[in-house]
Amino acid sequence: MGRFIVRRLIGMVAVLFAVSVLTFLIFNVIPSSDPAQRMAGKAATPRLVASINEEWGFDDPLPQQYLTMMKKVFSGDLISYFGQEDVDERIVEGIPATFSLCLGAAVIWMFFGILFGYLSAIRSGGLLDRALTIVAVTGISMPVPVLAAFFLTYLTYKTEIFPSGGFVEFGESPLEWAEHLILPWVTLAILYVGFYSRVLRSNMLDAMDEDYVRTARAKGLSEHRVMTRHVLRNSLVPIVTLFGLDVGALLGGAIVVEGIFSLNGIGQYAFEALKNQDLPPIMAIVLFGAFFIVLFNTLVDIAYAFLDPRVKLGESAQ
Amino acid sequence: MSALLSVRDLRVGFATEGGLLQAVDGVSFDLAAGEVLAIVGESGSGKSVTAQTILGLTRSPNARIEGSARLDETDLLAADDETMRTTRGDRVAMVFQDPMTSFNPVYRIGAQIGEAIRAHRRDVSRKEARERAVELLDSVGISDAARRVDSYPHEFSGGMRQRAMIAMALALEPEVLIADEPTTALDVTVQAQILQLIEQLNRERGLATILITHDLGVVAETADRVLVMYAGRVVEEGTLEEIFYDPQHPYTWGLLGSLTRLDRERPERLPQIGGAPPSLLDLPAGCSFRPRCSYAFDRCGELPSLDARLPDAPGHLDRCWLDLETKRERRPT
Repeated sequence: MGRFIVRRLIGMVAVLFAVSVLTFLIFNVIPSSDPAQRMAGKAATPRLVASINEEWGFDDPLPQQYLTMMKKVFSGDLISYFGQEDVDERIVEGIPATFSLCLGAAVIWMFFGILFGYLSAIRSGGLLDRALTIVAVTGISMPVPVLAAFFLTYLTYKTEIFPSGGFVEFGESPLEWAEHLILPWVTLAILYVGFYSRVLRSNMLDAMDEDYVRTARAKGLSEHRVMTRHVLRNSLVPIVTLFGLDVGALLGGAIVVEGIFSLNGIGQYAFEALKNQDLPPIMAIVLFGAFFIVLFNTLVDIAYAFLDPRVKLGESAQ
Repeated sequence: MSALLSVRDLRVGFATEGGLLQAVDGVSFDLAAGEVLAIVGESGSGKSVTAQTILGLTRSPNARIEGSARLDETDLLAADDETMRTTRGDRVAMVFQDPMTSFNPVYRIGAQIGEAIRAHRRDVSRKEARERAVELLDSVGISDAARRVDSYPHEFSGGMRQRAMIAMALALEPEVLIADEPTTALDVTVQAQILQLIEQLNRERGLATILITHDLGVVAETADRVLVMYAGRVVEEGTLEEIFYDPQHPYTWGLLGSLTRLDRERPERLPQIGGAPPSLLDLPAGCSFRPRCSYAFDRCGELPSLDARLPDAPGHLDRCWLDLETKRERRPT
């Protein structure tokens, strides 16, 4: 376990390094991204551009520029090119909204994904299964903006049940926090509910043909117990993997949903930064997101060892 | 001997896309307490389906099950799901072919045995169930059972897993044990140990046992009575001696002929039964074995009934039109 974690930490640093170099290079090769030119504005004189280049270090060799930027990322001194705001501060400000959105949605999609998948599997081929399949496929194929527009039209503008957007801190008012987040949660969760329920359903149908399920029946367990303790339990392992990867990816910001519901989280900030081709926030957000993806990958591996006793951490597969 | 388990005219069919697949067609037998009945046949002969149907494990919307299987007064084929649930494990237990995949990989062996106990005895605590699991593992010859009870299935060898499987089957002291190819997945030395164990339990506990196998060598070591199945039907039934020393059906001759014998000179090649078993969706008319039988004649186009054809052995039944003289004369020894 100790060795496993050390090895994973080293891997994590390597991944983050690679991601940062790639981001930096991509930014420097795309056209029309000369930041000095754009910061100087439309009426820029060559002298102004030169002085900006000088001041911000855009004339330095690329490796030098990269090192300076990375130093600033980790010391918290990173300033965006446009608007010149403190990048790390903006990210920290965005965390409550983004995390509230992702974790809340994750609870919803896990609950309904597992419930629908389970019901579909034990009633496979029946009416309920067909109905849930329609729900799942609709959820998977529905574009998020369409879904959001639907909710906003019918639940906000026509009936005024839910607010149209904005974020209220949990500490300020838990009730309003939830009220503002319900539509974003549901909008974000529906895709995953559909996806998870389909995956679980097919995992469970496979598991039902396993010999150990026949053994479980042969020893006189109730059908309910066979389904939950044996079929469902063993089918959840891949779901946990998916869950870890999806949550890890979303913690770096849910761009579309945050944007539509004006949650002002990290995703929305990422969108803004990309629009402006503003490297410092792009770099910081990419690293922030990559960190969670790598972290959750490791957590998934650790969870695996608890869920399946055949898995031993730090050992290669036999 | 009165029968503990009495199966009458069991028919099991499955609706498939190619039509109704008649996996078992009119199987009847009696099993007395303390008796070992072997059901022998190739893959697809219906022997496993017969056993699993007795336990209600083949019930499904696609299955057509007819006939009866009486355990004392209860007809297991007609019983409701809850009666079947309480019967499984408690009165009739089953051991499966592949011990590698028959335990759930994510739970400890002891927990899985305990689960079987607590499914039927609600008042048994987890701790008591665990203690009972230790005793059971010990009784089937697993050394250091007190420690091994907390092992996971993958930490056991194949032979140990099959022992543990038997321990689990015995957990509630069932009246009938069905062992479905219990030694097929094991290597030969372990096979012998497992068979000895089954035989010993059968003798010590008076456990009625159905042993399903395709290996007549296994049968010779353990069985009292033998049922030979082919393409869903019983083709011959008799005591162990009758089947081995006076076999009446050419299919049985073929099975016996393909045994390796250490007391004879070794043949160049092991004899085999030519051809392959017929598709159950497209059985030949008359005797199903006819296309592979080198003794077939005109009458074989008509299905022979399973009858006692030997005057001095009323319990020895077979499904073959050949007359007794021809059989004794022409069968290979």
